[in-house]
Amino acid sequence: MRTRTVLHEADITRALTRIAHEILESNRGPDGLVLLGIPTRGVPLAERLASLIERFSGEHVATGQLDVTMYRDDLAHHPTRSPRPTSIPDGGIDGRVVVLVDDVLFSGRSIRAALDALGDLGRPAAVRLAILVDRGHRELPIRPDFVGKNLPSARSERVNVTLTEIDGVDQVTIAGEGE
Amino acid sequence: MRHLLDTRTLSRDDAIRILDVAEDMADTQGREVKKLPTLRGRTVVNLFFEDSTRTRISFEAAAKRLSADVINFSAKGSSVSKGESLQDTAQTLQAMGADAVVIRHGASGAPRTLATSGWIDAGVVNAGDGTHEHPTQALLDAFTMRRRRYGSASRGRDLAGFRVAIVGDILHSRVARSNVWLLSALGAEVTLVAPPTLVPQDVSQWPARVRFDLDEAIAEGPDAIMMLRIQTERMSGSFFPSEREYARLWGLDPVRFAALSGDTIVMHPGPMNRGLEICAEAADSPRATVREQVASGVSVRMAVLYLLLAGERAGTDTKESR
Repeated sequence: MRTRTVLHEADITRALTRIAHEILESNRGPDGLVLLGIPTRGVPLAERLASLIERFSGEHVATGQLDVTMYRDDLAHHPTRSPRPTSIPDGGIDGRVVVLVDDVLFSGRSIRAALDALGDLGRPAAVRLAILVDRGHRELPIRPDFVGKNLPSARSERVNVTLTEIDGVDQVTIAGEGE
Repeated sequence: MRHLLDTRTLSRDDAIRILDVAEDMADTQGREVKKLPTLRGRTVVNLFFEDSTRTRISFEAAAKRLSADVINFSAKGSSVSKGESLQDTAQTLQAMGADAVVIRHGASGAPRTLATSGWIDAGVVNAGDGTHEHPTQALLDAFTMRRRRYGSASRGRDLAGFRVAIVGDILHSRVARSNVWLLSALGAEVTLVAPPTLVPQDVSQWPARVRFDLDEAIAEGPDAIMMLRIQTERMSGSFFPSEREYARLWGLDPVRFAALSGDTIVMHPGPMNRGLEICAEAADSPRATVREQVASGVSVRMAVLYLLLAGERAGTDTKESR
């Protein structure tokens, strides 16, 4: 078992800065944007992206968090998960451009659950997906719009994202058999 | 959590977990689409050997909001009236593939028998058994108190220092029993107020004080006063001379209601006997939580069904996927 750090603090900041610009570019400005983080680590990422977008565009961007626990298809395969709160910014998501933010994209099942959860909350004009690390091995036809880093990995490896807000340090590590 | 049979064996952390999940469930109940897909394909049987409207429809609403299939069974008009035993009824439900059984029974301990007998694999939720316990009612009461005290900052908190007076027929009340155990586990101070004839014999073993005078209890300024229903259907003997005398000495009448300190909340598990244990002024005031308790009931029961049914099953793989 060996662990190696693939993104350091500066790399994460650079990746988020680029994603913030890409979101602004693809949306042609900050109008109608809502950034929804998926707990746990998608939430601080969404807030960081929102403050970056605010800095670049000078306009406030709404953020919230979207819990997908109740919509998962694998509940019966895990010990009971405690749901987290969902908070949607004032004005809701109807007719707005929702950017889902999560730390790692793997099978795509969390995102499938998030799309179902969104459907119960309203009808966005469009839904985009921003991901810090895409490690591959998709099990569903889901593709991120904004990616911090593509990280080819073996299924047996574990990708671990830690963030200052939750874990005290910003880094992305990968652990597994290695070469 | 495998079953929910009582609150006596529920730890503080377990109770707070149920209440916190109930907060999340309550959040979803303000949405346009209230239904969650979480328990799709699971079957919940409401097995009611005693009459009940509000508890049964509350469990039914909770199960349906989580997309479970609900089968309602009431003893009236069923094979039970032909003399079928609990064991045979349970084994029938097992054969039908019930994942959870919500049981109300006139005999104290019937849910435990069902859970430990090996007749069924389903999770068992006690919805009131005899004069033993009614755990989901106590959980919804605690949920209501916590929300009134802490509002949206309720998550993770207990009820330390919260003072609750429970007034009325303690002897026959499973609601009072469940509340005493749960509230004391959550750190609240419970005072029981009742005529001496309606206090159980073993009450000295309970984590609660006993008073025989309602006016003294009101003068202490409790944070919540819970009026219990006078259960005429369980009263085989005469425990007080007349309903009028009970109302005069133990009822929350307009004078006593006016004497309550300004932030005391008035609770009642329902159905209310207006004019007997509670006056209309108190029941309809903004300090009354009766309707909040009903709404909390659905959220708390959703939380219980979720915690019972959503988790891992024996024999399934635990592959990590995200």
